[in-house]
Amino acid sequence: MSENRGAAVRYESVQKSYDGETLVVKNLNLDIARGEFLTMLGPSGSGKTTCLMMLAGFEPATHGEIYLNDNPINNVPPHKRGIGMVFQNYALFPHMSVAENLAFPLQVRGMSKSEQEAKVNRALDMVELGTFGSRRPAQLSGGQQQRVAVARALVFDPELVLMDEPLGALDKQLREQMQYEIKHIHEHLGVTIVYVTHDQTEALTMSDRVAVFNDGVIQQLSAPDVLYESPQNSFVAQFIGENNKLNGTVTEVSGSECTVEVAGGIKLRADPVNITGVGGKTTLSLRPERVELQPENQMDNMVDGKIEELIYLGDHIRVRMNVADNKEFVVKVRNRGERRKIAKGDIVQIGWAAGDCKALDVVE
Amino acid sequence: MSSTNEDHVSNGTMPDDGIMRAADGTPLKQRLAKALRREKLRSFLLIAPLLLFILLTFVAPIADMLFRSVENNIVEDTIPRTVEALAQWDPEYDQLPDEAVFKALHDDLQIAVAERIHTRLGSRLNYESSGMSGLFRKTGRRIKRMDEGDYKAQFIAADKDWGDLETWRVIRRFSAPYTAGYFLSAADAERTSEGIELKPENERVYLMLFGRTLTMSIAITISCLLLGFPIAYLLAHLPLKTSNMLMILVLLPFWTSLLVRTSAWKVLLQQQGVINDFLVWIRLIDDANRLVMINNQTGTIIAMTHILLPFMILPLFSVMKTIAPYYVRAAKSLGANDWTAFWRVYFPQTVPGIGAGAILVFILSIGYYITPELVGGTSGIFISNRIAYHISSSLNWGLAAALGTILLALVMLLFYLYDKIVGIDNVKLG
Ligand SMILES: Nc1ncnc2c1ncn2[C@@H]1O[C@H](COP(=O)(O)OP(=O)(O)O)[C@@H](O)[C@H]1O
Ligand SMILES: [Mg+2]
Repeated sequence: MSENRGAAVRYESVQKSYDGETLVVKNLNLDIARGEFLTMLGPSGSGKTTCLMMLAGFEPATHGEIYLNDNPINNVPPHKRGIGMVFQNYALFPHMSVAENLAFPLQVRGMSKSEQEAKVNRALDMVELGTFGSRRPAQLSGGQQQRVAVARALVFDPELVLMDEPLGALDKQLREQMQYEIKHIHEHLGVTIVYVTHDQTEALTMSDRVAVFNDGVIQQLSAPDVLYESPQNSFVAQFIGENNKLNGTVTEVSGSECTVEVAGGIKLRADPVNITGVGGKTTLSLRPERVELQPENQMDNMVDGKIEELIYLGDHIRVRMNVADNKEFVVKVRNRGERRKIAKGDIVQIGWAAGDCKALDVVE
Repeated sequence: MSSTNEDHVSNGTMPDDGIMRAADGTPLKQRLAKALRREKLRSFLLIAPLLLFILLTFVAPIADMLFRSVENNIVEDTIPRTVEALAQWDPEYDQLPDEAVFKALHDDLQIAVAERIHTRLGSRLNYESSGMSGLFRKTGRRIKRMDEGDYKAQFIAADKDWGDLETWRVIRRFSAPYTAGYFLSAADAERTSEGIELKPENERVYLMLFGRTLTMSIAITISCLLLGFPIAYLLAHLPLKTSNMLMILVLLPFWTSLLVRTSAWKVLLQQQGVINDFLVWIRLIDDANRLVMINNQTGTIIAMTHILLPFMILPLFSVMKTIAPYYVRAAKSLGANDWTAFWRVYFPQTVPGIGAGAILVFILSIGYYITPELVGGTSGIFISNRIAYHISSSLNWGLAAALGTILLALVMLLFYLYDKIVGIDNVKLG
């Protein structure tokens, strides 16, 4: 995100408590650039919806200030914020037809009938529901309702659109299709979208940047690839993608590398991302596809492991191994057509580069 | 059935004749009907006690009421010969019936007096023309002393009304086994020699009572809605614990006797009552001009609104409970202010509840009896009070039945109109 674009949304030291005892959102600072697709990703109960509701104006911030285009909006009522919103249950008005639903935001803005009609038709065409205007929401399928909800949030040309788990109620196939459609609409219209989900694939697929939430705190705010390649802490490494973890103690730190001793006295070289120093505990994080089974060349880290289970998955083979007392150590072997002579119970050598192995904060 | 569908039918039992068959060769339809028959029989047995109960306590009384409102066997049963003889007489003709009719009447009355049923006939005919009751009683006393021959003169001597053409016209008019007379009375109409016309203005009572019952029921329904809607809204939006507590308060009236509650209103509303005392105390009204709030329409409306309010609140509450909060949020996010969001998005979704509550309250109040009787005075009573009067005091059951039938028809008509305008499927109790 380049600096010359002013922030569309800025959370400044925002805190939120519902009961006056616990903070659901703890000191949130977040800048969202104009035109950005930002996703708030995190497990259920991590405070994502609360952040969105504060932005939409349905929940007051307990502390701090939220800015919309550099204007503080804490005291602006929701209907004056001009923010489009897609709700998880779509919240289509059941007593109105699809066209009436879409015309609603235009009506309350006092737009002329002809203008309303033109905009409604354009919005319906955008989501490919041109002929469904006269239907009631109940007469539409889940996917169609979802499109209407998106169209309604966009029909009055808001600069900012909020979506709270909008695809949560759809089946997998439809969900993937809608992910692309929403992404295309975003690229086409250039609106700022703040998107909430607990589905990491969805977040990685759609977003410019992802804010990973846990326990009311943003754990990491990065582009999807950075999030996957360079997790800042164990939570992010665990939450995004598949991950092997090995607990150990740092024995040596030298420049861009450190050495960690794990169970069985094995010393491994790793990238010191988030460690306390020599003698400190750490958790090593390693992606299964970065591990080589029976490497032909010398690698930074080479250990032996016992094969516990082999699962054939077509494009790759999942090998579950016992490595340094971790029986859940997974290696993904690409299916290259060669026949490997491995079987359950074999003890084989595996290896990986020091840079692919992140030394992060310790988790038990 | 399309051919592709048939192709999908498995196990290949689709024979040439086009009838689907089960595995043992019997037509599938037959098998299905057999399988369903047991189920139907069982469900019928399950509802049988209720069905019987409803037949005995609901359908039968209503049928009886409908019948009574037109039934008129009493004249023919009491004076059969007279009715037969009178059939030849032309009521338009300006002459009394001939001697044969008087003789028949004498014979009939002799039996009737012996069985002491002539006064009942008198009371019955008295509904149609006052004076008939006395006429029959008086004649009944004389009948034994009458001599044979020239009955006409003897009857007229007994009571000169027998020489009045109108008396005979009434008997003749109501000698048929069925009559529209009760319905005419119920509609403040009567059959005169010129045909059917409304009674003189000062004798009309039922049309006015029907009108009052309708307008006051509407007023009660509206005031229940106005008072109940905000309460239901509050209840539906408070945290569960608080709303459950308040719900008990809403239901509290059901736990106390209707009579006690209505009497309490008497204490509150009377001229020396609590409310008047309070208003005088805060000097809103003068001691000499205390408000009259009881024994009139105001009293009836206040007391009945109070009694019927839960019937409005409960359906409204349960419908509002089902309206998810995100609708209003969505409306606001789309730019609607609080009022627009309420009026355009929230309110329309409560209409089924309003419909259900309004129908309940309206139908309950249109047939209400106790409260108007106790606090309505003369200006606040309903048609049902009049029906009760005819059943227990004047014993004119035919008229009571006719009034009840009209009331029933009225309710059904309103129901029909409601269905046409709002749609009966647009009613929800929860
Ligand atoms: N209206 C509310 N009143 C009280 N607590 C709430 C309310 N909404 C959410 N919470 C609590 O705040 C926390 C965060 O919730 P939420 O923002 O909905 O998380 P997420 O959307 O990430 O699942 C949860 O512990 C939830 O129980
Ligand atoms: Mg949520």
